[in-house]
Amino acid sequence: MTVGPTAKIRVILPPHLRTLAHAGREVTIEIAGQVTVRSVLDALETTFPMLTGTIRDHVTQQRRPFLRFFACEEDLSHESPDTPLPEAVVSGKEPLLILGAIAGG
Amino acid sequence: MSGVRVLVGTRKGAFILSSDGKREKWDVSGPHFAGWEIYHMKGSPKNPNRIYASQTSGWFGQIIQRSDDSGKTWTQPGTPPGEPTTGPGGMPKGESNKFVYDTSAETGAPLTTHQFYDGTQHPWEFKRVWHLEPSLTEADTVYAGVEDAAIFRSKDGGKSWQELSGLRGHGTGPKWQPGAGGMCLHTLILDPTNPQRIYIAISAAGAFRTDDGGKTWKPINKGLYSQYIPNPTAEVGHCVHHVAMNTKRPNVLFMQKHWDVLRSDDAGDNWKEISGNLPTDFGFVIDVHAHEPETIYVVPIKSDGEHYVHEGKLRVYRSKTGGNEWEALTKGLPQSHCYVNVLRDAMAVDSLDKCGIYFGTSGGQVYCSPDAGDNWAPIVRDLPAVLSVEVQTLS
Repeated sequence: MTVGPTAKIRVILPPHLRTLAHAGREVTIEIAGQVTVRSVLDALETTFPMLTGTIRDHVTQQRRPFLRFFACEEDLSHESPDTPLPEAVVSGKEPLLILGAIAGG
Repeated sequence: MSGVRVLVGTRKGAFILSSDGKREKWDVSGPHFAGWEIYHMKGSPKNPNRIYASQTSGWFGQIIQRSDDSGKTWTQPGTPPGEPTTGPGGMPKGESNKFVYDTSAETGAPLTTHQFYDGTQHPWEFKRVWHLEPSLTEADTVYAGVEDAAIFRSKDGGKSWQELSGLRGHGTGPKWQPGAGGMCLHTLILDPTNPQRIYIAISAAGAFRTDDGGKTWKPINKGLYSQYIPNPTAEVGHCVHHVAMNTKRPNVLFMQKHWDVLRSDDAGDNWKEISGNLPTDFGFVIDVHAHEPETIYVVPIKSDGEHYVHEGKLRVYRSKTGGNEWEALTKGLPQSHCYVNVLRDAMAVDSLDKCGIYFGTSGGQVYCSPDAGDNWAPIVRDLPAVLSVEVQTLS
């Protein structure tokens, strides 16, 4: 079943997750259907299964507390994961940033 | 030719130190998993080329890594590079990092609460793997001691994990509480003569034993006295820091508790204090000589408020009498202005003819004594803070 056009979403990973995923700073994933934080993370974990559990909890799917989601200079961390991402992300103009909190040590 | 491989977990990566049987010249590889906390690494006794590692992070959670070539290359079990990244149904793999408490009706135990720092009840929450204990007989079987305290087992080389929920489901769970490092299951000992018997220890609940392969557990804390808890002789609630066994005499156990060093001669059923003439009996590590089951080692730490060695001197204490009579081992160790700690899983012994003793410090030094503690030398001096040290004896 065709859900709709496929969007190519740019995602910027924090450095440690790049190492785990054997990937560069930015990865591109394809999403058919609505582009939300949830659908992006679902696709990201399908493409890079070693990231499963590192961004959100395996079971509860809650965002890990020291990680934040940004796009278009907006903090999306506390939005519903089913909120559609900005058009600039859907079109590929802007990436979705996954950032680790800055902390010492 | 015989040799040793020392597996070092640190706050910022893993290191592997290799030497021949003389243990004088060392090759150092690492950092592996640079920047990540490596709580523990341990090799399989069945297949020494296989090493399991617990890679963890406050940001990204728990990662299990496995090497099948002596630590040269690593993969997350189930997702090796070059293989399909999804399983038959298109579902992602990545199960190797998934530690979920078993609450199923068939095999699980209800997710109860434990005591929190403030005395209130708090739900069990998985945080990290503290200790990995590979099976003595099956290379694909490995146990994991985790925080919040529970024991998991993998039978497929670390690809997937199942909780042995009888331990967490022990009726005393609501009385368990976290120590300063969290409510962790940090010690896991397999009895080489009885595959049904496993010992574990939890901070701060105490020691437990199963005699039926992990289905049921009993607290083994009789004889422990902890004056900092409401009932100093309670069945559970003791802050056991580490337990050690000589595999040739598996009914004899040695324990470093928060305060007090103890021994049991009946598989943990009864304990008696053996602190004797130690300058302080607070500490974390304890280990047993590979060939002399009455020769034991501790590193006394000043106090629970001052986590560094006593009097600024790094001294390993050895008893050749199974406790009570201790001698300070100092040759090659700093004897002034030294304020390091040695954490609970950061001491190990090899089984070469002349038993080697190893330990790592919060200052990043890993020391080796190739002669059972008489003389010491640093293998490395400037690693990140050491969390764990294990050694593989290679033939």
